[in-house]
Amino acid sequence: MTEASTPLARFWDEFRHNTVAVIALGVVIAISIMAIAAPLISPQNPYDLANLVLMDARRPPGFVGSKGFTHWLGTDAQGRDLLSAILYGLRISIQIGLIAGAIAFALGATLGAFAAFFGGRIEALIMRVIDLQLSFPAILLALVLAALLGQGKWPLIAALVTAQYAYFARTAHGAASAERSKDYVDAALSTPLAARRVVFRHILPNCLPPLIVVATVQVANSIALEATLSFLGLGLPVTEPSLGMLIANGFQYMLSGRYWISIYPGVALIVLIVAINLVGDQVRDQLNPRLRR
Amino acid sequence: MTTAQPAMLVEVEAVSKRFTPQLSLGDRLAALLGSPVETRTVHAVDRVSFGLEQGEVLGLVGESGCGKSTLGRVIAGIHPPSEGRASIAGETVMGDGRTPLKRTTRIQMVFQDPFASLDPRVRIGETISEGPLAHGLVSRTDAPAYVARWLTAVGLPVEAAERFPHQFSGGQRQRVAIARALAMQPDVLVCDEPVASLDVSIQAQIINLFLKLRRELGLTMLFISHDLGVVRHLCDRVAIMYLGRIVEIGPAAEIFAAPRHPYTRALLDSVPKLVTGSDELVTFKPIQGELPSPLSPPPGCHFHQRCPRAEARCRSDAPQLAGGTDEGTGHRVSCHFPLAGEA
Repeated sequence: MTEASTPLARFWDEFRHNTVAVIALGVVIAISIMAIAAPLISPQNPYDLANLVLMDARRPPGFVGSKGFTHWLGTDAQGRDLLSAILYGLRISIQIGLIAGAIAFALGATLGAFAAFFGGRIEALIMRVIDLQLSFPAILLALVLAALLGQGKWPLIAALVTAQYAYFARTAHGAASAERSKDYVDAALSTPLAARRVVFRHILPNCLPPLIVVATVQVANSIALEATLSFLGLGLPVTEPSLGMLIANGFQYMLSGRYWISIYPGVALIVLIVAINLVGDQVRDQLNPRLRR
Repeated sequence: MTTAQPAMLVEVEAVSKRFTPQLSLGDRLAALLGSPVETRTVHAVDRVSFGLEQGEVLGLVGESGCGKSTLGRVIAGIHPPSEGRASIAGETVMGDGRTPLKRTTRIQMVFQDPFASLDPRVRIGETISEGPLAHGLVSRTDAPAYVARWLTAVGLPVEAAERFPHQFSGGQRQRVAIARALAMQPDVLVCDEPVASLDVSIQAQIINLFLKLRRELGLTMLFISHDLGVVRHLCDRVAIMYLGRIVEIGPAAEIFAAPRHPYTRALLDSVPKLVTGSDELVTFKPIQGELPSPLSPPPGCHFHQRCPRAEARCRSDAPQLAGGTDEGTGHRVSCHFPLAGEA
């Protein structure tokens, strides 16, 4: 109570010294707000087919469409306003990235921490399964699953979670193994408290710093993975285009000079992922005591 | 060993504890293919038996690495014993099964390092109340008052409940750790070097707190320490441990006045003493050599390599803990050639 600053305030104090990370955080927040507010700020609802005018298809940036507003980033093959499509696409991409990341976090952290807590055969079994899974490329696993489960939001999320929980599990296992040998865990065992309580109330909260770092990186990864799957046509249905599908749709027009259909969604995707990774780098630098200056 | 023995509250019967590190997958494959694989088993505690009477304080003394902390943790139900049994009032501390769980709340423990034994992310109030809540010793509505009561008992302000461990000094944290153990309303407290990591001025406060709590609550205590001065001040009986075995056990006054095991003698002699009124520099006699590795304890008496009185028999034949000249006091020693008992 003597210290006025909370841990979060101290964290921010250090964070703001890295200008690049602050700008990146600003970009992430700005994109997130735009994505959330997409129905309010976008000139057109790209999902409403009645709104689309086929006459306006494949127009370059700056074209004033038949509905009377300017298509700042041009239109795609269905006459969708690209700016609106990108905003709605970001909305889906971020949403899926966050949901998949959160589920993978919960599942992986729980598995890893329990493996470390119980040790012995349980630990060996869980960790070998995870090792096995990490030896496959995540994209391959997600491709197979997405193909098996079919199209739609939840099958896609399931595929992303399967491809990613192992990273959380391994990180949680490492951190929890270190915590497991500390006296406060022994103190909880000598009380005795139930294993569930020891793991969730004592071990996992102390494993959060490395897990937060993995979470930031993995959210960016799952956005990229989702875009890849959608690009390959295994992601969301055509009626709700995400960024990956917008890129794929424009791909065939690239060589005919209609670059904007692919390039602008691509740029939006790259800016978002790079920004998240920059924030993640700084968070990692701050949470890893060995990298402290 | 006559009928004069009162019933013991805590019984430790032939407890052994060995630690064998898990073999890696590669080593296991190598073993499967027939190559010799070295298993490095640590013999931390070797067939130790003793008892604790209701209300007494037993000091467990030994060098670093002699297994006294491991023994304390086995008794407190943190590690299952490899062999033998620890029980309180006839009830085994730990259940059986592949993942044994502690079954009793009547033995609680205070750890050496109060910076490690409190979860840094949990408020003091929750640290103290979570055990009693989990075991139904107090209801959720009464918990704050219950916490306040124990904080007061260990000499901390009631407001401490809202704070985190990092806002306290070492001595205050150790008080929190004591309050956490006592809030479970135990009969027995295992204290693993509870003052060793504290400043000397704070040590005295914590020792006095133990004395006060013992008087008020009638606690039975196993006090693990390497500090002979603290043990002499606090304990009724003393057990001396060497490389996993108890070599001598008996009333504190007798052990300090007339040790019978050569190791106890050497341990007492190795304490530097200041003698006033003398120009002579009193030199202390350090024990020769190092504690042997618990990975491969020597045969026979574990102390024979460093013992000035060792003979051929000591190298092959392990002595048993047996009564000496006056059995009435329960003074027992594990030595083929015990000292006469002259100070």
